[in-house]
Amino acid sequence: MDFNDTPEEVTFRKEVNDWLSANATLKDSSADSGYPGRGEEDALTVAKKWAAKLYDSGWACLHWPQEYGGRGSTPIERVIWGQEASKYRIPGGFFEIGQGMAGPVLMMYATEEQKKRYLPPMAKGEEVWCQLFSEPGAGSDLAGLKTKAVLEGDTWIINGQKIWTSGAHYCDYGILVTRSDPSAQKHKGLTYFFIDMKSPGVECRPIKQISGGANFNEVYFTDVKIPDEQRLGAVGDGWKVALTTLMNERLAVGDASGPDFQEAFNLACEHDLNGELAIKDGYVRDKLADWYCQSSGLKYTKYRNISALSRGETPGPEASITKIVSGNKLQEIANFGMDMMDAAGILRPDSSEAEQTMYHAGFFGAAGIRIAGGTDEILRNIISERVLGLPQDMRADKGIPFNEIPSSNK
Amino acid sequence: MNFEFSSDQMLLRDQARKFLEGQESIKKAREVLEGDHSYDETLWKSVIEMGWTATTIPEEFDGLGLGYLELCVIAEELGRSLAPTPFSSSIYLATEAILNHGTKEQKQNYLPKLAAGEIVGTLAHTETTTAPTQENLACELKKDLLNGSKIVVPDGDIANFAVVSAKDGNKIVLCLADLAAEGAEIKSENTLDPSRSHASIVFKNAKVEVLDSKVDGWTALQEVLDRAAVLFAFEQLGGAEACMNMAKEYAMGRFAFGRPIASFQAIKHKIADMYIAVELARSNCYFGAWALSTNAPELSTAAATARVSASQAFNECSKENIQTHGGMGFTWEFDCHLYYRRCRQLAANIGSQAIWKNKLISSLERANQI
Repeated sequence: MDFNDTPEEVTFRKEVNDWLSANATLKDSSADSGYPGRGEEDALTVAKKWAAKLYDSGWACLHWPQEYGGRGSTPIERVIWGQEASKYRIPGGFFEIGQGMAGPVLMMYATEEQKKRYLPPMAKGEEVWCQLFSEPGAGSDLAGLKTKAVLEGDTWIINGQKIWTSGAHYCDYGILVTRSDPSAQKHKGLTYFFIDMKSPGVECRPIKQISGGANFNEVYFTDVKIPDEQRLGAVGDGWKVALTTLMNERLAVGDASGPDFQEAFNLACEHDLNGELAIKDGYVRDKLADWYCQSSGLKYTKYRNISALSRGETPGPEASITKIVSGNKLQEIANFGMDMMDAAGILRPDSSEAEQTMYHAGFFGAAGIRIAGGTDEILRNIISERVLGLPQDMRADKGIPFNEIPSSNK
Repeated sequence: MNFEFSSDQMLLRDQARKFLEGQESIKKAREVLEGDHSYDETLWKSVIEMGWTATTIPEEFDGLGLGYLELCVIAEELGRSLAPTPFSSSIYLATEAILNHGTKEQKQNYLPKLAAGEIVGTLAHTETTTAPTQENLACELKKDLLNGSKIVVPDGDIANFAVVSAKDGNKIVLCLADLAAEGAEIKSENTLDPSRSHASIVFKNAKVEVLDSKVDGWTALQEVLDRAAVLFAFEQLGGAEACMNMAKEYAMGRFAFGRPIASFQAIKHKIADMYIAVELARSNCYFGAWALSTNAPELSTAAATARVSASQAFNECSKENIQTHGGMGFTWEFDCHLYYRRCRQLAANIGSQAIWKNKLISSLERANQI
């Protein structure tokens, strides 16, 4: 048992670091989320430049085959890249859905011609992709989606509404799941496409979130045309294709970012409580100890997974616990951070340097993280069913044609 | 990165698990709980024959000279099977104290016999219902005579000797006390986990020798407790996982409202939460094992983290295992309560959760100052 790299890993890590240190700036703390953020147009320009630089230097899409613009790296090399890159201020947040989810699905289901056309620009960050899955009435129960696809000749006509699409307004393409046969059973009437986001009839509207920000969109489809060549998988097989995509999403979702144990600990060493440093207070120590154990547990769970990868094994399902634990921990730490500032914790100062800022971001962010990419409750189902082998819940919609399933009290 | 036990160590864990299953360790724990014996002699003899008591004792003292990672996997299985033996007192506490803080002569006197299971040792530290501190310890050493009393000494009525914390003037010392000698009065105690034996000891002018550590006695004691905390955490981890598996098996087979109760989310999510607690504890235990086996500077942080995390996991799993079993879990007949009792015993034996959480933050404060 040790934390040492194999000789090959040492060489690779050095190569990664040499390149990163020559091309990027180190972060000044672990809570430094990196520059720049997402959502602004100039941030997209900066990110695209960075992606092109990665592509030209051979560091784009480590896990993709070289023929499509990737590096063809092993899983452990991808982990090493991630570890080292997380120390630097690197523009991000624009290409994950394309490179992490859409790309792998295209590799499995698209024609060779389509792969050659779409994958390299995706790897290079020239074309940005989004995901059009969730609907206002279909979140955890994604297969309950209703966006209609009707085939006319060799063209599909799409009508309906998607939600929670990151960056729909600047994306070039999207992956889309639709209902092509409402009279089939729920999981059997779905069909999967990729779509040009500039198609006539596609309309994006930003969603204002509880934080006040707007990182996501609603996307409306009115008689949007998609050629049949852009169908991925067979008609009616959309659920199977969607599951492939979601597997990749779960691999991509990691720690909730924001203040963690160390920030809470530092804060308690700086603020007074009941006339002495907060860190001397029993309540504070109790809370800090819990968060330390959770952070440490997640850190070494990750190390166990990496070790499995390093041995060439598929990592166990342990990764499924990360989001539940870190999302809830973030929510607690955000509240704790504001509590340390007493009544003044709720103040929203103008300066982003103010000590409240990080905790306010965590307060709202955690509420979203606990829902995005699988709610806490869905993840508990996944742990109990896929990891522990417990039976599925009884379903009221089993074996019924989709259009006969009740969807409201009316 | 290789943050995992080696294939040999995993093989040892599997062998230990099968061996303890073959010995019907859980059934024996119930027999000890219900009967008059303070431990299971047959099981203890088999454990000695397996060589487990000799695991980390160097070959020069007739031990096997294996590492702590081997001891950790054995501990996990002893915890999983509720083994009713004085293994933890004799090995994690007494052997470790002598191995790390004894003189060459003390090592020669005790270690070969501990390795061979000829003698059993323990640690006697608790005195009252207030957690012991350097200030409140009342046992007193004058010259080589010990006076005072200790309570809830694990395996105190089985052990041949005890490592005893005491005050010598202003400083704290650890003494080696022969429990069969004159001046040591031992009385078995009733606890809520009778599958593990405890006793009170009154020392009246008992002749003892001081464990001649290079560090002061209190520091030596904390080092012993840190090392033991990692090993106890593995026992707690094994117990926690056993409870999770019991809950799972029961929920799959128990039907209510025409379906297995394991198909209800109220139950599934409960068991998923047990899994989360067990996985976090396992990862923290592994870090503790690494720190223990390499004598890393992070040992005190790693030990406290493993201890707190494994105590939490065992608590979560043992209480929710009863809950999952419903009324059957509350019966004497089902084994749920054996784990519920053991969980409480292990959570308290080398200091409470409050003590270890405080230790954890203190060690992080020290690390942050450097």
